[in-house]
Amino acid sequence: MASPQLTRAEIEPLLDVWLETEFTFHAVGPVARALSKLTRPEQDFVLDWIRRVASTHITLAFHFAKRAPDLIRRLDPRAIEAWAVQLCDTYDRAGIYAALSVAEQVDGYARTGQAHTEGALFDDIAGVLGNFVRGLSGRTLRVEQGDGIYTDSEKIVLPAITTRLASRDDNFKLAKATVALLWAQTRFGTLRADLTAACAGYPHPDRALRQFNALETLRLTACIARELPGLHRDMERLMGLLGDELAADWQPLVDRLRAADARVEDSLALLDAAYHLPDFRPWCFQGELRPEAVASARAARLEKEKARLRIRLAELLQEHAAGAPRGQETPDKPDIEVTPHDEDGRLDFEITLDGAPLAPPDDVRQLLASVWLDFGEIPPDYLSPAGDGEYDPRLVFDQPEDPDAVWHGTYHEKGAELYPEWDHGRQHYRKNWCVMREKTVPPVHDDFYRETLDKHAGLVKHLRRKFEALRDENRIEKRQTQGDEVDLDALVEALADARDGREMSDRLFVRLHRAERNIAVAFLVDMSGSTKGWINEAEREALIVLCEALELLGDRYAIYGFSGTTRKRCELFRIKTFDEPYGDEVKARISGIRPQEYTRMGFALRHMTKLLNQVEARTRVLVTLSDGRPDDYFDVYRGQYGIEDTRMALLEAARTGIHPFCITLDRDARDYLPHMYGAARYIILDDVRQLPVKVTDIYRRITT
Amino acid sequence: MNARTLDPAHRLIEKEPYYEAVGDEIRLFEAAYGQQIPVLLKGPTGCGKTRFMEHMAWRLKRPLITVSCHDDLTASDLVGRYLVKGGETVWVDGPLTRAVRAGGICYLDEIVEARKDTMVVIHPLADDRRTLPMEKLGQIVEAPPEFCLAISYNPGYQSVLKDLKQSTRQRFVALEFDYPAADLERRIVVNESGIEPGMAEKLVKFAQMTRNLKGSGLEEGASTRLLVHAGKLITSGVDPVVACRSAVAQAVTDDPDMLAAIQELSSSLF
Repeated sequence: MASPQLTRAEIEPLLDVWLETEFTFHAVGPVARALSKLTRPEQDFVLDWIRRVASTHITLAFHFAKRAPDLIRRLDPRAIEAWAVQLCDTYDRAGIYAALSVAEQVDGYARTGQAHTEGALFDDIAGVLGNFVRGLSGRTLRVEQGDGIYTDSEKIVLPAITTRLASRDDNFKLAKATVALLWAQTRFGTLRADLTAACAGYPHPDRALRQFNALETLRLTACIARELPGLHRDMERLMGLLGDELAADWQPLVDRLRAADARVEDSLALLDAAYHLPDFRPWCFQGELRPEAVASARAARLEKEKARLRIRLAELLQEHAAGAPRGQETPDKPDIEVTPHDEDGRLDFEITLDGAPLAPPDDVRQLLASVWLDFGEIPPDYLSPAGDGEYDPRLVFDQPEDPDAVWHGTYHEKGAELYPEWDHGRQHYRKNWCVMREKTVPPVHDDFYRETLDKHAGLVKHLRRKFEALRDENRIEKRQTQGDEVDLDALVEALADARDGREMSDRLFVRLHRAERNIAVAFLVDMSGSTKGWINEAEREALIVLCEALELLGDRYAIYGFSGTTRKRCELFRIKTFDEPYGDEVKARISGIRPQEYTRMGFALRHMTKLLNQVEARTRVLVTLSDGRPDDYFDVYRGQYGIEDTRMALLEAARTGIHPFCITLDRDARDYLPHMYGAARYIILDDVRQLPVKVTDIYRRITT
Repeated sequence: MNARTLDPAHRLIEKEPYYEAVGDEIRLFEAAYGQQIPVLLKGPTGCGKTRFMEHMAWRLKRPLITVSCHDDLTASDLVGRYLVKGGETVWVDGPLTRAVRAGGICYLDEIVEARKDTMVVIHPLADDRRTLPMEKLGQIVEAPPEFCLAISYNPGYQSVLKDLKQSTRQRFVALEFDYPAADLERRIVVNESGIEPGMAEKLVKFAQMTRNLKGSGLEEGASTRLLVHAGKLITSGVDPVVACRSAVAQAVTDDPDMLAAIQELSSSLF
């Protein structure tokens, strides 16, 4: 039996607690009354989300609560969930005011008059549309979520939810048409025009821009009809559903815009006429034009691409010269010509060098396409190959940032990798929450390595024997049904059997069995301040012993240490990467491991998961070595939040096929460990001094 | 209806296999063949490497022996081995040995898939010695001038494990293959599938779209071969969008998101 509906009197105390009305004085009475009219499943759904949003920010939760009861009549729950998550994300990213403005946007959602709208969520459609737009020709565009619908010529921005039509399928089609039209703006020259200048002469430049957008929408829709007829049929159907049409007074402009040779110049020429027409009611798939966003993206792009193209051309010439027969050296000033082909929607480039064709590599082709889209031609100065040292490569190609340099200036996130974090209160990820940087442990060249080997001489010897036995070696397998050679013993036996009248075996061959112990393992070592002293020493010793053993096995392995202070400063310390050999430098880095700050684990696990998945191996193992509870400076990370995030990160790792294994140095063996390590196998060591012995032993056990 | 059983070492290709030259690969191959230099064909899957070999075998009137290499292919699989027959061991030549003896063209398809040691047995054949040592027999077979060794290799698979060793690759003349230019590809699709040119043009455009996706989740774009398949389906009355899904999209990926994206591309186009 379904649970009974909650009454206002039952709901109000809940809200009082979650929204802390005693201090905040939020008027929860009307909210509770509105909620009391919903069905029980709807009530449960909304209340659950109020509680989850409240764990992020109480005022935000109150604004959510005010709107949710009305919204749930119009919108499907998944869309509301997406909206709630968007609220929290916006709050994470831009603060409470930005989040409240997102809360107000919702009043515009789902104005279809339909009983129930199933919106297309950005997160659901972004992947498909991203690939869709990459498949179309021209510059590679990204699809991102943001405020509004526009393109800056490098990314296409869509809102969190598309809700104008009733079914999810139609909403998806609408988003797809929107993306296609924005793509067409880059592809067919809209963004090449200086729109700010074109509109500046009018009394209301904003209005001029809108009317221009309308002209371009007409022109580009016709382009799409020629290029992608299937999509155009969908677009017409969507317009029919939403009652979009072409007003009669716009009709005279259409012929010129729909001609196959119509250019952006035609729209510019018609702008004057269009300005004096009544406002164009935007078509459903029409976005806005943002000339300032386009200009800033273009300004950042032009010089860089010019440099890149010229450098790549110089490289191409060099390769070409190296391949040319002797005596035919290319002249000093080679004659490079590029002929663009823009026919039936295909954009291709032919390069000729002194009249002979040269096949452009993909990246050069991409660059040419991008330059062509910016200018409508390839300017001649782009085609003179760069001389030696003409460009500073640091300015031209994206450089890894010096992880320390950013701390000298302002507190920004440049050059760092961002990782999400699981917020258990919200029951959802906080996007791009952790700012992670990789650093290298400063090597300390001392006697630590020698001393450790001396100290554990017996152990190392013992381990060598044990690990050698583990090594899977090439061996010859006898008595196989198929193989490279005849197994004489088996054959003699079989012949004897045959003489005897017994059945003759068919296992008469030997074959070589090739051992491939195909394991990659990453060790993640706790470098938090709490490891100071004994634990740190034991960790370093354990790593040395472990490396000695691993070198014997030939497994690929990497060692990283982690530490951090707040989400803005999550640091992962390289001790040994997968590609690095175990040499003096690595030994010195192990010796140089020093306790740093706090124990924030989620980002480290996520980053290691990513690194491990890039390694080609049949089995991937992630071993963490820590001293217990996740913890961070003045942060919610302490306690339940950190435990849940760590648990989630381990689950994520396991989901990608990695085998996580956790080693905890914890005297008290607290009761939260089984929960936190849910997806991982783990072991608790109560005696730190055992670590070097145990770690290798554990490794042997989990990889055989 | 009975399937014919043929000995590849003595079978000549009678009918000219349809092949459209993209560049001067035919002339190059003939020159290499005349000079007894082995040939390496580079290029993505389905761009016509195997068809090119058939065409050249027909042109040079030599039998073609194709071995599709796989990761369990050993040297014995190529050279030959002893088998047991009625209480005696009998030597049986492998395909490479048969090709050498018959003076045919031996084509090792996707050579990098084979085990590393396999590569070594072709080394003496691939340089000026032109011999095939058969260690187990204690013999050396000298290749006649008509014999030709060709291998193919797809550099697109960016795997360190599947790279061709320098010692191997530097013995060959390399011919590079890529998807044919749009016009040519359209002609090929029309010729092979009997589809009308307008539809072939759309198919080629669609293939180009999938090739744009290479690197962002797709290992390889749609090959000419897949277009021919789609074209054949369309000639048999299958709806173009359905044909593209079954013959192309499902063939290039299993990822549902990517499938949906390719589906959206084809439904936009037709």
